Amino acid sequence: MSEVVLELRDVRKRFKDHEVLTGVSLALSRHEVVCLIGSSGSGKSTLLRCANLLERIDGGDIELFGQSLLDPRVDPDRVRRHIGMVFQSFNLFPHLSVIDNILLGPVHALKRPRAEVRAEALELLGRIGLATRADDYPDRLSGGQQQRVAIVRSLAMRPSLLLLDEVTSALDPTLVGEVLDLLTDLARQGTTMLVATHEMGFARNVAHRVAFLEGGRVIEEGPAQEVLDHPREAATRAFLERVR
Amino acid sequence: MSSALDGEPVPPDLFASRRRRFLAGRGGVVASAVSGVVVIGGLAAVFWLAPGGATVRYFFFNPHFMWQAFVGDPSKGFYSVGLGLLTNLWIFAVAEALVLVCGMLIASARLSQSPVLLPFRLLSTAYTDVFRGIPILLVILMIGFGLPELNLGYVSNQSPAVYGCAALVVSYSAYVAEVYRAGVLSIPHGQLLASRSLGLSHGATMRRVILPQAVRTVIPPLLNDLISLQKDTALVSVLGAIETTRAAQIYSSTVFNFSGYAVAAILFLLLTIPMTRFTDHLIARDRARRLAGA
Repeated sequence: MSEVVLELRDVRKRFKDHEVLTGVSLALSRHEVVCLIGSSGSGKSTLLRCANLLERIDGGDIELFGQSLLDPRVDPDRVRRHIGMVFQSFNLFPHLSVIDNILLGPVHALKRPRAEVRAEALELLGRIGLATRADDYPDRLSGGQQQRVAIVRSLAMRPSLLLLDEVTSALDPTLVGEVLDLLTDLARQGTTMLVATHEMGFARNVAHRVAFLEGGRVIEEGPAQEVLDHPREAATRAFLERVR
Repeated sequence: MSSALDGEPVPPDLFASRRRRFLAGRGGVVASAVSGVVVIGGLAAVFWLAPGGATVRYFFFNPHFMWQAFVGDPSKGFYSVGLGLLTNLWIFAVAEALVLVCGMLIASARLSQSPVLLPFRLLSTAYTDVFRGIPILLVILMIGFGLPELNLGYVSNQSPAVYGCAALVVSYSAYVAEVYRAGVLSIPHGQLLASRSLGLSHGATMRRVILPQAVRTVIPPLLNDLISLQKDTALVSVLGAIETTRAAQIYSSTVFNFSGYAVAAILFLLLTIPMTRFTDHLIARDRARRLAGA
């Protein structure tokens, strides 16, 4: 657990005259799972979007494997091919079948041969028990199945890390478990993940570290159990009281 | 203990009124039959029994004149209204294909993001503003009488029908571009984010994710515009192209009977009704699919 995959240094982001990120610093090492916690509007989603350059930052620096992403020579499309992202609202492509959703990135962004990727994609679908649904369209699947397909879609790119943006928040409570189980499996296999979440149980059991965000800054971070059970900061304690 | 709900000691009356019960049952069929006969029969009676009814029937709907106008007789100085429709058809076919392509190009230019394409963005915005603002008839007159005056060789030596077709393309492309653009803007932002975070470029995202979904949502409004394009081929008659409307006009001023217009109207209906029905069918299917999804 030494090699730093992603590092944010004093990242600032403002929308109009509202500063959403007021100087976030955070590092993510290989095989590490870091959970971002904090109330809605604390900047978790914005931070994830800045990390894969979906939003342009106004200050600070972002490094991927030690390479600054603000270097003008950097191609954002190439950066994103190394960073998987999963959204709260799944965002599967409704006009493409499950398998074509998964193939889109590898075939059209990575230009890998379709047949080869297809075999891998079916393999991945098999692992989440959805191999028989490969040719179905997303609207035929339950929310939990859709979200698991969305996760597989980002895995098919063989990313160096995954960014997960409240991926269970839009799910029916009975379907949250199957998605969290998949994420737990991925964590066990050593997938590097930055997870914005409201699932404190998941953070406690799976995350290596937890970072508490408030007012666009990391107020407190540390080993998951320490932060969740013995928070040092009053703001963290107040937040944990509210979600308990 | 009393609340606003305790005020009514008698059992409430839950029965619908007798009139509503009658209409909900077999009475409904009777009622629609009666109202149909009364309304449609009434309109027919007004037309049939009006003081000038016989005159109108003679001048507009006389079968003999209608047939004469339909087949035409150049030796007597009038053209076939039926054959004229072929001109409308080719104008429509050519204009339709060009409009669908040009509209897409203009919409793409307006939606582009690259700094290099800024001039195209401005031009396409100006284009849609200008040509949605000028009545089609004026565009037809300006192109039809303007281009020949330019003395530009090939460009200035076309038939009126070609100029009319070009004017329709110019005008309708502006509308169709806006239909495409509205379709693109109707796709949720999350689709763009998902595609871009897979590392697809803006262009690939448009081509593979946004446009395929946008085109599907705009098919009904697009077909509506094409139906209206079919009818507006009649406007080309102002340039003197002998299409259906023009042939009917010539017939009426030669024979002094307007039945040719009725023929032209019927021919347009035969063209547009199948397309209208098809469009409605697609809209109903989309609606059913959306309701099933919700």
